[in-house]
Amino acid sequence: MASPMRIRAAAKEGVTEVRVLMSHVMETGQRKDSSGALIPAHFITELTAKHNDKVVLSAEFGPSVSTNPYLAFKFNGGAKGDKVAVTWVDNKGETRTDEVQVS
Amino acid sequence: MRKQLIAAAIGAGVALASPAVFAQQDLNFDEYRAMLEDGNPAELYEMEGEELWKTARGPKNATLEQCDLGLGPGVVQGAAAQLPRYFADADKVQDLETRLMYCMEKQQGIDPAEIVNGKFLQGERRQMAALVAYVVGQSKGEKIAVDLSHPKMKEMYALGEQAFYYRTGAMDFACSSCHSQDGKRIRATQLPNITKPEGAAAGWGSWPAYRVSNSQFWTMQHRLWDCFRQQRTAEPIFASDVTIALSVFMAGKGNGAEAQWPGVKR
Repeated sequence: MASPMRIRAAAKEGVTEVRVLMSHVMETGQRKDSSGALIPAHFITELTAKHNDKVVLSAEFGPSVSTNPYLAFKFNGGAKGDKVAVTWVDNKGETRTDEVQVS
Repeated sequence: MRKQLIAAAIGAGVALASPAVFAQQDLNFDEYRAMLEDGNPAELYEMEGEELWKTARGPKNATLEQCDLGLGPGVVQGAAAQLPRYFADADKVQDLETRLMYCMEKQQGIDPAEIVNGKFLQGERRQMAALVAYVVGQSKGEKIAVDLSHPKMKEMYALGEQAFYYRTGAMDFACSSCHSQDGKRIRATQLPNITKPEGAAAGWGSWPAYRVSNSQFWTMQHRLWDCFRQQRTAEPIFASDVTIALSVFMAGKGNGAEAQWPGVKR
């Protein structure tokens, strides 16, 4: 099971800033373990962020993104108490969605 | 014309190698750290540790919620800032990891040998690292306040000081070889001067930390173990007296400064 994300969303003067910290190994598929065997690739491929039910950000991720990725972005609108939900999907089909209220 | 070009190239090379340029570069990590402050991946370990604290585990199937970290059973807020300390119930000076190990044994029935003989980042030590992240996170911004008045604490402080200056290993290094002068560094990593309060606080107050370069969260026991390894001397036993003594020495010297736990490192 995928570990939870840490999401913070704060609205200020009509703009909401969202900061997301994801827990993911982001294995590139290029590395070898101590016995020389290739470690299979395991990384986030897609990320979607929703404000209430509206998609405000969708992104494609790849193996060049670091372990435990951090993402910050802003969108227009959003008020205190609104919901911001972030979902990622990785190349193994695992997925995780976490939701916070805008502060 | 060509000669002039070569001369210019050499000139540029000299300019690049000048200390002024390096000085600017090594300051950049502070900026990077400030940027990461809101997104320190150590927080993921904190979340995990908080969950773990409340999870019934071990042969006794108990949580750690009754664990006394020095401020009473179950009090986590501010506890790390006052560790290591002397615990009467164990009749021992314990650092955070040793205390957690004690609680895991007493409350949950987890055999300490599993942790002492284990490996960093694996098994119960991995679980403990998450617990450490959670506990130190609850002392973020607190002033380091280690009580050195108990005779056993004094003893540990003295032992820590001795260990700090004790030269050993293939390179005849002591902790003090790298950590007793201002402005020293290994590559771009600044080495705090632990003989001074501000240096001790910088060291003690910024570990445990998440290392960005290897995506690992290191506790103080892990950090000290690596210091011994870098010293090319015998690796210390997990939670052994010398590791606790060095922690008492650093924490005691850093008393009064604000803890930045958990830290984030290059």
